[in-house]
Amino acid sequence: MIKIENLHKSYKMGSNSLHVLKGINFSVEEGELVAIMGSSGSGKSTLLNILGMLDNLDEGSYTLDGVPIKDLNETKAANYRNKFLGFVFQSFNLINYKSAMENVALPLYYQKVGRKERQEKALKYLDQVGLKEWATHLPSELSGGQKQRVAIARAMAAEPKVLLADEPTGALDSKTSYEVMDLIQKINDQGNTILVVTHEPDIADMCKRIVHLKDGVIVEDKKIKQVRAAEHV
Amino acid sequence: MFNRDRWNEILQVLTTNWFRTLLTAFGVFWGIFILIILLAAGKGLENGIRADFGDIATNTMFMWTRTASKAYKGLPKDREFSYKTGDVADIWENVDGVQYVSPRNQLGNFRGTNNVVRGLKTGAFSVYGDYPEIIKQEPMDITSGRFLNYGDINEKRKVAVIGVDVKSSLYEFEEECLGTYIKINDVNFMVVGTYKKTNVDGDSENAQKEIYIPFTSFSQAFNRGDNVGWMAITAVDDVPITNIKEQIFDIVRENHRIHPEDRRAIGHFDLNEQFQRVVSLFGALELIAYFVGICVLLSGIIGVSNIMLIVVKERTKEIGIRRALGESPWSIKQQILMESIFLTIISGMSGIAFGALVIYGINYLLDVSGPVMMFVNPSVNLGVVTIALIILIVSGLLAGFIPANSAIKVRPIEALRTD
Repeated sequence: MIKIENLHKSYKMGSNSLHVLKGINFSVEEGELVAIMGSSGSGKSTLLNILGMLDNLDEGSYTLDGVPIKDLNETKAANYRNKFLGFVFQSFNLINYKSAMENVALPLYYQKVGRKERQEKALKYLDQVGLKEWATHLPSELSGGQKQRVAIARAMAAEPKVLLADEPTGALDSKTSYEVMDLIQKINDQGNTILVVTHEPDIADMCKRIVHLKDGVIVEDKKIKQVRAAEHV
Repeated sequence: MFNRDRWNEILQVLTTNWFRTLLTAFGVFWGIFILIILLAAGKGLENGIRADFGDIATNTMFMWTRTASKAYKGLPKDREFSYKTGDVADIWENVDGVQYVSPRNQLGNFRGTNNVVRGLKTGAFSVYGDYPEIIKQEPMDITSGRFLNYGDINEKRKVAVIGVDVKSSLYEFEEECLGTYIKINDVNFMVVGTYKKTNVDGDSENAQKEIYIPFTSFSQAFNRGDNVGWMAITAVDDVPITNIKEQIFDIVRENHRIHPEDRRAIGHFDLNEQFQRVVSLFGALELIAYFVGICVLLSGIIGVSNIMLIVVKERTKEIGIRRALGESPWSIKQQILMESIFLTIISGMSGIAFGALVIYGINYLLDVSGPVMMFVNPSVNLGVVTIALIILIVSGLLAGFIPANSAIKVRPIEALRTD
């Protein structure tokens, strides 16, 4: 599904250049649930941004579902993001003047799905995350865990190839974190490919594979036995 | 563009901070309001002046003789001369674009000695020997009977058309005047009509105290021979009289052996030139109105642009989210532009509507309180409103342009990092 070869990325900070990713080779098969771990500054967020086409790579190649991702202009990148990727952010990033349902329907709007179908789908995905009754509520009326569930529903609504989650539990307490991970696991069980960036070992243990990043290189890449989040809830 | 969701969003965004939106809208509202009011006031002034000119043929020149200022062809200077009926014919034949040439002779005036007698009543009036065309150059309402015609000219009939004031001083109240005779310098003329001039512009006393008789009868009755005292020459509509008057002067100079560079001998008054001066004044007024109005509008538009920049800044993160979810930059740009255009058009339209209401109010007051000197029916026509609308759309685009560009200049990853 994802194939990365010899990926390099550096940032210019004034006259200095900060080499963040120093040659990463990495691939993900369909249906995997991968945790990307590493300390702050290890380059895990940069990697996720490049995977999410929010950032450009300097060197190397990136193939997503057989499509080489290179030389994207903003319009094309937006189109690919919309078709291939779903994002879940640490700070939820819901649009605060839109109701839960409108938030979930947003990616479908960009796919030019008709209004009625959009609402039906949005309700369906809200139902999957257990928030159907909250459809008309604004984000400010939801708890942190509920917000993240809405965000996950939104990421899933476009039926992406890959779900990218950047510290999805970073702003949540552990009980809510496990609920969110439970949801992510269930989505993964349906065959969706998911990448989770985290620095919490217990969250990483709930994935099927852990990739350790340190100073811009992969130091460890191992398959693990998944801990089901449902046991902790 | 006609997308329910987009419009919903525009309304959502503009109503979240409605007080700010209102203040911003006021700038544009005020600008277009000022523009409309200024244009209407200019129009009102123009209408007032035009009403003063009335239906007088403005493309007209009046000419009379003075003394020659230069000796020429053996003739001395300070010589007096008179136009002849031959001049009229020559002007007709040799100058293109002449519509009417009315020669006139005059006898007495209303301040002079009594020159008209009827029975026991006498009066001092201006008596004109005229051609029938004069009524097209100096419009008057025929209140009874008829005006002069070519039958009168050809047969040299002794008939007269008298002003309403002439009638009131020579006749008893409601006495029938048509068919009766008046004596002008001891020559009997039959009254065939009465007139009243409506556009008299401050000269109303004189204007109704005139007697019109056929030019030919005048010449014969008062021994003028083929002399012509005065001429009113009107050019056709698309040839300004100002352009052809030199040709006319040349013909007259030639006929009367006046030095070609004699500036004094021919006296004239070019009504068209005066009229054009007034018309160009209104052109200038309109220009000033547009200039001032658009300047005021401009500050309103800069206000809109400013607010849109702030809105974009506030929504940086939201825009980042949208782009991460796959909204294309063009769509975001379109959204910002439409918000800006929508805001300008709505506020501009209410400005136009309010302006129209105020103009209506002024017109109502003018109607109620009676005519005001030189100010009639201030108004703006549909053309001006269309221009105003186009200005609004363009300015809405301009106002949104910089904010829209700055909205998509931020890369989504940076936008997402903003808190």
